[in-house]
Amino acid sequence: MREAIALGLLSGGLFFVLAGVIGVLRLPDFYTRLHATSKCDTLGLALMVAGVALLTPASLVTVKILAVAVLVALVNATAAHALGRAAHRSGLTPWRVGDRRRR
Amino acid sequence: MTGVGAIAVTLTLALGLSLYRVLAGPTIFDRLTGIALIGTKSIILLLLFGVLTDRVDVFIDIALAYAVISFVGIVAIAKYFETPEELP
Repeated sequence: MREAIALGLLSGGLFFVLAGVIGVLRLPDFYTRLHATSKCDTLGLALMVAGVALLTPASLVTVKILAVAVLVALVNATAAHALGRAAHRSGLTPWRVGDRRRR
Repeated sequence: MTGVGAIAVTLTLALGLSLYRVLAGPTIFDRLTGIALIGTKSIILLLLFGVLTDRVDVFIDIALAYAVISFVGIVAIAKYFETPEELP
């Protein structure tokens, strides 16, 4: 039972991670790509880490595993904000409808 | 455990796909986005390897350290390229 729930969480997380990868590959410019990756990756990692925590016997290691999820949730949001701010300050203009796709 | 193995293999393929953005991204920020994507995937992969080899207690410390190092690296490089004249 425990393993089935863990596999369900892992599969759900994998779905979000794959959605993030597809967004990064397909969206037209940097800001839209940042939007896709930061949210999808954070949620996907949180779900998959929860699945891993269910697969390991409860101990101090479980606390550390959940600490990874909390740390990455904070860190991913901060890194995405820093990247977006740096791009904006360096003069990168957002893509608009009708513009050419930026590779 | 085969389910975990299959998930790890799919994740590795996704990691390879995100490498495209690092190689082809037109700006340095696109490349940094790809690096951040690879970083989170590597953390999950480390934990899954820990589950597969039954040594999560070892791999969790590596994953924590990797999360911190990847964050510091990305923020440092983003800060470096923030001023307009340093854009390639």
